[in-house]
Amino acid sequence: MKKTVLTFLFGLMLLPLAMGQGYDIGDKAMNFKLKNVDGSHVSLSDYENEKGVIVIFTCNHCPYAQAWENRIIKLDKQFDPEGYPVVAIQPNDPKLQPEDSFENMKKRAKAKGYTFPYLMDETQEVYRTYGATKTPHVYLLENEPNGFIVRYIGAIDDNYKDADQVEEKFLASAVKALLNGNKPSPEKTKAIGCSIKD
Amino acid sequence: MEKLLFILVIFFIGAHMQAQNIPVYDEFEDYQFLLEKNNDTTYIINFWATYCAPCVKEMPVFRKLEKDYSDKPVKIILTSLDFGSNATERVRRFMNKHNIRSEVVILDDPNSNSWIDKVSPRWSGALPATLIYNSNSNVFYEQTFTYEELNKIIQSKIQQP
Repeated sequence: MKKTVLTFLFGLMLLPLAMGQGYDIGDKAMNFKLKNVDGSHVSLSDYENEKGVIVIFTCNHCPYAQAWENRIIKLDKQFDPEGYPVVAIQPNDPKLQPEDSFENMKKRAKAKGYTFPYLMDETQEVYRTYGATKTPHVYLLENEPNGFIVRYIGAIDDNYKDADQVEEKFLASAVKALLNGNKPSPEKTKAIGCSIKD
Repeated sequence: MEKLLFILVIFFIGAHMQAQNIPVYDEFEDYQFLLEKNNDTTYIINFWATYCAPCVKEMPVFRKLEKDYSDKPVKIILTSLDFGSNATERVRRFMNKHNIRSEVVILDDPNSNSWIDKVSPRWSGALPATLIYNSNSNVFYEQTFTYEELNKIIQSKIQQP
């Protein structure tokens, strides 16, 4: 009996590991230094003079990422001047998904006129630490004296198919809430996306 | 004779094309009953899409299960999340090409934030994902399976009293 209880408790301890940790609201985001499509390297710490950063895990190949792409470009145009620029990170292993190779990322960024960095998560350490599971997957970070703090996790809005049919712009509302000194509501949302290829 | 053969060929192609009528659910509420059946059957609900590479790779697992459990109280419902123009045709062609006989439906409710938790709070929204339920239990997996892995889970489910 004692052994059963011990096994059970040990199992409970392992549970968070099994579920994959990742960030929750209020967590401090790790710094990163990743290769950008323009050949430079971009770090989260490069943004220390901004109010925050909209980190979006996204990619070339995924139809959901493609469906939201123009909206991501608009979000950067809208919120970069307000102190919340977009940083896009491509988390897939290009060996498993050749459409998401660095060369193809460069082409995509150029063809669509990305106004924000499009970074390659080469070691896939960043997406794993954040706990991203799919593309697109948003982490809205607020720049605080003690680091970049996760304030919102999830979807861009409530319609993957059609930008004109969107009723709730979750991410834009979350950024506006932070700009007004409020907490985003909701702080977490979900959306269908392509699993990250690892 | 040639003419007869021609007619026969056309007949079979026609029958094959109409082998499966694919329901499209624009509202999750209309689809939800498929997740709430309460009888002796164990339901395997796979969420997938034709453009999802790991989902496509996993399809042979469901094809084999469909065959191996044809005389058991096990039902596979492939829920496609294909969207965009010709989604139904795309799914139908895929089913025919891969010779998949399981029931297939399309869930086309783009406000996924409103319904992902109703499938399972454990689902982040990544594809593929599989829900296995019967009147005794309900388990959810955001992953792909090998035949052996999934077979083991189904065995444990259908052996429950």
